[in-house]
Amino acid sequence: MNSRERILGRVRRALADKPADEAPIARDYLREHGRRTVAETVELLAENLADYRAIVHRTDSAGLPGLIAGLLEKRGSASVLVPPGLDEGWLAATGVTRVADRAGSTPHELDRVDSVVTACAVAIAETGTIVLDGSPDQGRRRITLVPDHHVCVVRVPGQVVSSVPQGLERLDPARPLTWISGPSATSDIELDRVEGVHGPRTLEVILVAED
Amino acid sequence: MSGTFVGMPAFPEAAREAVGNETLRGNLRHATHTIRAKRAKAVTEVSDWAELREAGKRIKDHTLRHLDRYLEQLEESVTAAGGIVHWAADAAEANEIVTRLVKMTGESEVVKVKSMATQEIGLNEALQAAGIHAYETDLAELIVQLGKDRPSHILVPAIHRNRGEIRDIFVREMSEWGRPAPEGLTDTPAELAEAARLHLREKFLRAKVGISGANFMVAETGTLVVVESEGNGRMCLTLPETLISVVGIEKIVPTWQDLEVFLQTLPRSSTAERMNPYTSTWTGTTDGDGPSTFHLVLLDNGRTDTLADEVGRQALRCIRCSACLNVCPVYERAGGHAYGSVYPGPIGAILSPQLRGTGSEIDASLPYASSLCGACYEVCPVAIDIPEVLVHLRERVVEGGEVTREGNKVVLRPAKGHAAERAAMRAARWAFTHPGALRTGQRAASRTRRFHPRTLPGPGKAWSGTRELPPVPAEPFRDWWQRTRGGKDGAK
Repeated sequence: MNSRERILGRVRRALADKPADEAPIARDYLREHGRRTVAETVELLAENLADYRAIVHRTDSAGLPGLIAGLLEKRGSASVLVPPGLDEGWLAATGVTRVADRAGSTPHELDRVDSVVTACAVAIAETGTIVLDGSPDQGRRRITLVPDHHVCVVRVPGQVVSSVPQGLERLDPARPLTWISGPSATSDIELDRVEGVHGPRTLEVILVAED
Repeated sequence: MSGTFVGMPAFPEAAREAVGNETLRGNLRHATHTIRAKRAKAVTEVSDWAELREAGKRIKDHTLRHLDRYLEQLEESVTAAGGIVHWAADAAEANEIVTRLVKMTGESEVVKVKSMATQEIGLNEALQAAGIHAYETDLAELIVQLGKDRPSHILVPAIHRNRGEIRDIFVREMSEWGRPAPEGLTDTPAELAEAARLHLREKFLRAKVGISGANFMVAETGTLVVVESEGNGRMCLTLPETLISVVGIEKIVPTWQDLEVFLQTLPRSSTAERMNPYTSTWTGTTDGDGPSTFHLVLLDNGRTDTLADEVGRQALRCIRCSACLNVCPVYERAGGHAYGSVYPGPIGAILSPQLRGTGSEIDASLPYASSLCGACYEVCPVAIDIPEVLVHLRERVVEGGEVTREGNKVVLRPAKGHAAERAAMRAARWAFTHPGALRTGQRAASRTRRFHPRTLPGPGKAWSGTRELPPVPAEPFRDWWQRTRGGKDGAK
């Protein structure tokens, strides 16, 4: 008997005393917490992002290229990683060297790039979370991990949901997902939170109002 | 390599030593009190906490009841998504599988995400024996590994260390393992975190094999979920070419939607955050993004034995948040090492004796490592009634009885150390069913009370070592009753 059969057999014998449990799970928890207008939900997202030390900026689509150029300049970035499907207009105002993410790029090469600019899949207001799903305007998971500076653009209000349940509904589990709530942090020293460990230590989120 | 828990003394001895360590008590008190207040605030923020807790309990109970079905479904969906599923009945088999998989890659080092399951099976030691270096990348795990120490907390394995001790370990040990600690390193947490970043960076960037556990596995989609803070998880899950995840079979949830409960309750219960900084989910392999080979090792190692116990099986609902450790008055004073297991605290006191059996001295003593105050039950996000299981396991230790070990039913004999307790209970039963003898005995006790010792002799010595013996009254209650109020009616 192989271990698969052995384990499944043990499970079945262990449960012999219990009747089947096919009753539906009562999901009487809330789909979202509190009632808010669309504008208030966006405001809550901004507050919660900032609470976990993300730097939040707000603009409209006309102001976006200038804002991104300014952020890269302020940071002193010499190079920026660009996901293959990023809206070209977003980087129209910056002269910083663009680095395309190639399949052959090694982690060491990515480590030499200063910043990365991406879009996102969805943003969750109640928890201050942005979720990336590897779409062409976000790129592979590694490009938002190795560089120390991540600029993430959220289209508001279209990409914003209130809650975790609503966020999961919008996401495709078949895609590799990265949920990001503030820059990397640790509570490992005396259970006190410190920002900045292995992931990007600076996370800037741009909430761009849709036209 | 980290120390192991083999040959640990029983909880009372280990705890007595720990309680005498003032630095340890100070560190634990500071850390647990910090997180307690924060957790309470994070939980109050969501008005439907009780409903989320109940739903979490129900989802886990339902999953455990149909675990065979969900395991088969998970295997099918992981395989369909390009993953390779392995089954390990015990620690030795899991270690053998992982060692073989690493060797197949030709690599001699691996980077690891913090994982309770791989600690439980002693994977690092097994890999070391096969000539493979396993680098822990979680900050607290790194502190434990560099300090040749043992973990003492589920979430923060180095909780017993304060910042000064951590600095000293980094300065002393980092150069042995790779990039040395920066010159002039101080003990501010931000500088310590920076030192860990620099030290581990070179390992992440060259790693070809990553090893992880998982917080959840979704049966319907084949998705694995890792919840973390530092980004070391993302590094290990996305940069290497091969990913090996070792996960306990109880980590399954049936549907993608079920995550909506646990992704709300887990971060608030563990780090007291609305959401932890990073959560990664992956389903098999994705072309051009992340590891091209993904192995999932499903681990039993005592879980099915636990499942066979109708009271104890609720321990398998645990999502490893560690809230029960942080509120426990016993954990706060004794620390995690006294529990002699990678699972310390209240959850460890019910999990270790079930996963490992109550055969060893430490495991037989763990159900007693509690005052039964119930704070652990109150904070548990999946409502595990830890006191109920503790009492159940105490009964098993004292009385013996039928249990399941490695899939077979065996009958445990009553534990030896409890002979005096059983004798006392038998004597009490006899005395209470023989009123004449009871009366004579009580009177004799009252008359001789001046000569009673302050502590008990023989097997009762340990009990009275930390407790006052109740004084015997000058007159037994029955005698008093007859002499005063009872006597008024002119009873015989």
